[in-house]
Amino acid sequence: MSDELHSEIRRVVAEHARLSVDVATLADDSDLFAAGMTSHASVNLMLALEDAFDLEFPDRMLTRGVFDSVNAIAAAIGELTGVAAASNGHQS
Amino acid sequence: MAVESDRTLLADVARIAAEVAAQAADDVDRDARFPIEAITALREAHALSAAVPEELGGGGATLEAIARCCFELGRCCSSAAMVFAMHQIQVITIARHLDGAPWFESYLRRLATEQRLVASVTSEIGTGGDMGRSIAAVTEEEHDVRAFEKKAPTVSYGAHADDLFTTVRRHVDAEPGDQVLVLSTSGQAELEPTGEWNTLGMRGTCSPGFIVRARFAPEQILAAPFSTVMNQSLVPVSHILWSHVWLGVATEAFERARAFVRSSARQRPGEPLPAAHRLSTVMAELTLLRSEVAQGLQDFASDDEDGGRERLMTMASILRFNNLKLAASEHTPRVCEGALEVIGILGYRNDGPYSVGRHLRDSLSARLMVANERIHATDAALLLIAKEA
Repeated sequence: MSDELHSEIRRVVAEHARLSVDVATLADDSDLFAAGMTSHASVNLMLALEDAFDLEFPDRMLTRGVFDSVNAIAAAIGELTGVAAASNGHQS
Repeated sequence: MAVESDRTLLADVARIAAEVAAQAADDVDRDARFPIEAITALREAHALSAAVPEELGGGGATLEAIARCCFELGRCCSSAAMVFAMHQIQVITIARHLDGAPWFESYLRRLATEQRLVASVTSEIGTGGDMGRSIAAVTEEEHDVRAFEKKAPTVSYGAHADDLFTTVRRHVDAEPGDQVLVLSTSGQAELEPTGEWNTLGMRGTCSPGFIVRARFAPEQILAAPFSTVMNQSLVPVSHILWSHVWLGVATEAFERARAFVRSSARQRPGEPLPAAHRLSTVMAELTLLRSEVAQGLQDFASDDEDGGRERLMTMASILRFNNLKLAASEHTPRVCEGALEVIGILGYRNDGPYSVGRHLRDSLSARLMVANERIHATDAALLLIAKEA
């Protein structure tokens, strides 16, 4: 399950993050911005992730930190799909 | 306590604005020279360290108080106000992100004692005006010596600043967006001018291009990543303080139009006065501008408290403070133009008490300093994904 999630994330990252290196060479906790992802590309990545996983990231999750590594993205998706109650409690 | 010191600061700065900055404003504008009298008076009043925390020897002023100072100075001399605002942006940014670093703590103490003026070197030739990317990088010269060389198209008051706060790539192999901030002090940096500063407005900010070369110690690099510093402090605080300067400029243009209308009305009491109607529409425009500027400041204060600084990292927050800049920079020239139409030829003249040419020219810089087109492009991208209005 987790492996599937990570490989799907990596597929979307490879397609949309426009990294200056091959995503396969990066570890799950490597910083995608340090690997060349621009702010503009990160928006496209977020849109593609919403589409691929059929979810919507709420505004509070739309920060650089939530999308800066494969692990961070997996945690965000896990929070939205797994523990929906926790993510609703923080709405301001 | 904080309130009391804020009050003293405000009284000092309002006095300096009216008695010093206003007197020199036309001269500063005509000769495109640095507003040295105002900055010297601000130094003497210890206003350059107003935003340094009290425990580091500063005034511990709130952002509200600093913003109000920018407004007061903006009414009297836009250039002096913008120099003051830009300096405070650097000080506030350092204070918010030094994270206990001994070098930066002692730097702020020194700034407070010596009333040092800090300029920023963020723009760079070749980055297309994108502050989030750098070409220049920190290089390792020898043990404990770092250096950079940066080609900046503008450095506001570069030749008059004591110290420089510069964005550069973290190291020579770093991506353009992997930036850090370096604080170099006088003697460590060399500025080679690459042109003159002869502009339509904001002439006293003296912001020509420079090639900046600096050698410094590793601890002069702020540890916090620039992307965090940019979203949590540099951009929102810049937009808040700039917009207060612009509101000051617009308010002064409006007040000159009001004084003109009042004087006309006194000469012909009871007669119809078309200029009074036009003044009323300018006032409506100014009211909108004032509300947005005040709301922007308030939203920053509550974002800063509520969600900690995390909320300032969200796209909703980035959009919010970008919109403050867009609204304030677009409305300010409109108010100045409206004031000119009310006053007519006496406003168009460069002399006399109803002249608003300087205000209009200065206000036109607002849309260009970080071009609104670029901000709209950023916002357009963020709007694709952000959900809140």
